Amino acid sequence: MPDAGSGSLFERKMIEIAGIELEVHEAGDGPPLLYLHAGGGFRPAHPAMPLLAERRRVIAPSHPGFGRSSLPNWVNAVDDFAHVYLELMQRLELEDTVLVGASIGGWVAAEIATKNTSRLSHLVLIGPSGIKVGSRDALDIPDIFAMTPDEFEKRLFRNPEKFHPDFSKMSDEDLTIVARNRQTMALVAWEPYLHNPKLKHRLQMINVPTLVVRGDHDGLISAEYAKAYTDLIPGATYHEISEAGHAPDVEQSTAFTETIWNWMET
Amino acid sequence: MRLWHFSETAYPHLPPEEEYESVRVSMPNRYFDPEIGHDLYNRRIDEWCLADDLGIDIMINEHHQTPTCIDPAAPVMTGILARVTNNSRLLILGNPIANRRQPVRVAEEMAMIDVISKGRLECGFVRSVPYEIAPANSIPVRMAERMWEAHDLIVKAWTSHDGPFTFEGEFFHHRMVNIWPRPYQQPHPPIWVTALSTGNASEIARKGYNLGTFLGGYEKTPPVFKAYRKAYREAGHGDDVPLENLGYSGLIFVGETEEEGRRGGQHLLWYLSHNKLPMHFRNPPGYASIEANVMALKGGQIGVRREGWVPDLDEEMAKGIVFCGTPDQVFDQLKKFYDHVGGFGHLLSMGQAGHLSHEDTCKSLRLMATELYPRLKELGKPTSIAAA
Repeated sequence: MPDAGSGSLFERKMIEIAGIELEVHEAGDGPPLLYLHAGGGFRPAHPAMPLLAERRRVIAPSHPGFGRSSLPNWVNAVDDFAHVYLELMQRLELEDTVLVGASIGGWVAAEIATKNTSRLSHLVLIGPSGIKVGSRDALDIPDIFAMTPDEFEKRLFRNPEKFHPDFSKMSDEDLTIVARNRQTMALVAWEPYLHNPKLKHRLQMINVPTLVVRGDHDGLISAEYAKAYTDLIPGATYHEISEAGHAPDVEQSTAFTETIWNWMET
Repeated sequence: MRLWHFSETAYPHLPPEEEYESVRVSMPNRYFDPEIGHDLYNRRIDEWCLADDLGIDIMINEHHQTPTCIDPAAPVMTGILARVTNNSRLLILGNPIANRRQPVRVAEEMAMIDVISKGRLECGFVRSVPYEIAPANSIPVRMAERMWEAHDLIVKAWTSHDGPFTFEGEFFHHRMVNIWPRPYQQPHPPIWVTALSTGNASEIARKGYNLGTFLGGYEKTPPVFKAYRKAYREAGHGDDVPLENLGYSGLIFVGETEEEGRRGGQHLLWYLSHNKLPMHFRNPPGYASIEANVMALKGGQIGVRREGWVPDLDEEMAKGIVFCGTPDQVFDQLKKFYDHVGGFGHLLSMGQAGHLSHEDTCKSLRLMATELYPRLKELGKPTSIAAA
C-alpha cells in the first residue's frame, strides 16, 4: 500500500463499497479504532493519530465526497455514510471497535451506533453535531455557511493562529480536496442544518459505553448541546477538555488521548 | 431584433454602505418604507404599460431578500401585467426553478399567465445567482441537475392533457400531476434559459431554447453565443442558428442629447455599484465548480463584481455593458456590439435602475421607440443567419 504522504504513519488504500471508492487510512496494531473525521476532512498529520496508533489499529476513512473518496449521486446524507461504514466494518471483520467521530464524524458515529453496535466496544463523540434540541427560532449550531473564514477559525480553535491553513503552500491536489470537502459538507449539512430530526429519538437505542468530549472553548457546539446529547444516550459520560475549541483531539491531542484511555479503563 | 424593457424594481434608498454587511440576503427590511415601495411598484408598472403602448416587449425577473430587486415573485408582477398590457410579449427571466420546491406550482402559474395574457408569455428558467441560495435555503450542490429535472417536470405538466401522470425523479416526486389551466400557447410558451458560461449555453442550444445572457460585454458574451451556435448545429437543429434564439441584456439609456443620455447611463450604474456582498453569500460551497474554487483558494476572484468598486461610465460603455447617449450614438454602440458578438435577436434593455426617475425612464423609452427601435429591427430580421 502507498503511504499517505511523506513521513506519514498511515498507509492509504481504496476500498469499494456500494459503488463508492472509499479512501481508507490505516496505521498501528491491536484492536481496531475507527476514526471518523470532521468537516475539514481527514488529515494524516492529525496529531492525535500517532498516540492512538500506539495502542490501536487506527482505521480512518474519508467520508464519501471527502478526501479522495468518490461520491455517487445517490449518496447525499450523513445517514448514507453510516450505512457505508457499517459495511466497511463488516468487510474488515472488525470486532470490539472503538468508534471515534469528530464533529460531523461524531454525527456519523452516532447514526452508526443507533443502527448496530455489534462490532463496537466503545463510542466516543467529539463535539458531535446531528441533533436538534433547542428552539425552532434559533440554530443549535452557528451557521457555518454564513460566516467569514476568520470567524469560523475562531470558533474551531482556542488558538486559531496556530492552525490557520496556508492555502498558498498547498498543492492543487490538496486544494481540490479542500474544495470537495466544503462542497460535500454543504450537500449533507445544509438542510436540515447539521442534524437529522430522527436521530435524537434513536440515541436511546445505543447500548455501548459512550463518551461525549467537548473542548471548553468550542464555538460551534455549546456545552448545553453536548450535555443534551450525552443525556440522550443511556449511561453516557460527558467530559470537557480545557484550552481547546471545536477540535480538542487536534488542539489538545495528548489530553484527548489520555481522556479516552482513562475512560475506557474505568 | 426585438426590444424588451426590463427593470429589477430596485428600492434604491439605502443607508450608507459602511452601515450594512450585505446588500443581499441580510439587509434588514426596516429600511423598506412601504409607502415608498407602493409608489415604486406603481411607477414600474406604469413604465411597463408605456412600453406596451410603444410596441416594446416586457421583461421581468425576481430576486429575494434584497433592495436591489423588490420583485421576489415574478409571476405576481407578470400576472398583473398580463391583465393591464395588451400586446407586449411578457418574458419572465426567469423562474428560479432550482430553488423553488414545487415545479408543478410554477407550471400552473405560467399557464395562468399565458391564458390571461392570451398567449403572450415567454417563460424563462434560471439556475439563479449564488446569493439566492441562502434566501431559498436550497442546497447549493448539483443545482444544474435540479434545475433541469424541474424543467422536465414543468414541460411534462404543460404538455400532458389526458389526466394525471406520475413523476418520480431524483429531486421531485409526484403521483398526480394534472394542471388546470393548461397553457394558451401550444404545445407550451417559448422557453428561455440564462447562461453566463459556455457549458450551460451548450445545453440550452441542444434543447433549442432561447438563451439570454446578462452584462457579459465584449469579453464574456462571444464565447457564450459561440458555444450556443456550435451546440445548436451539432444537435442537428440546422446550420442556420436563428438570431431570435439569442438575447443580450445591457444597461441602456437614450437621451435627446449626449449629456442627457450619459446622465441616464450614470444613473443605471447604480445597479453595478450596489453590490456589497460577503464571500459566503457570493460563493456558497457547491455553487461554483471545484476548479473555480481551487482558483479562489489560490487568491483568484470568484463572483462577478468587486466590493467597494465605483464603476466608471466610459469604462462600462467600452466593455459593452452600458449603452447610452443620443439615439444615433446608442445605435452605433449597439451595432458595434452586435457585430462583435455575431448577432442576436433580442435586446433585453435594463432601462431603469437605482434612482433613475420615472420621467427619465419614460423619456428614454419614448426615444427608443421612435428613434432607435426602427433601426434595431433592421439589424436582424427574424430567421436571418447568425454569423459564425
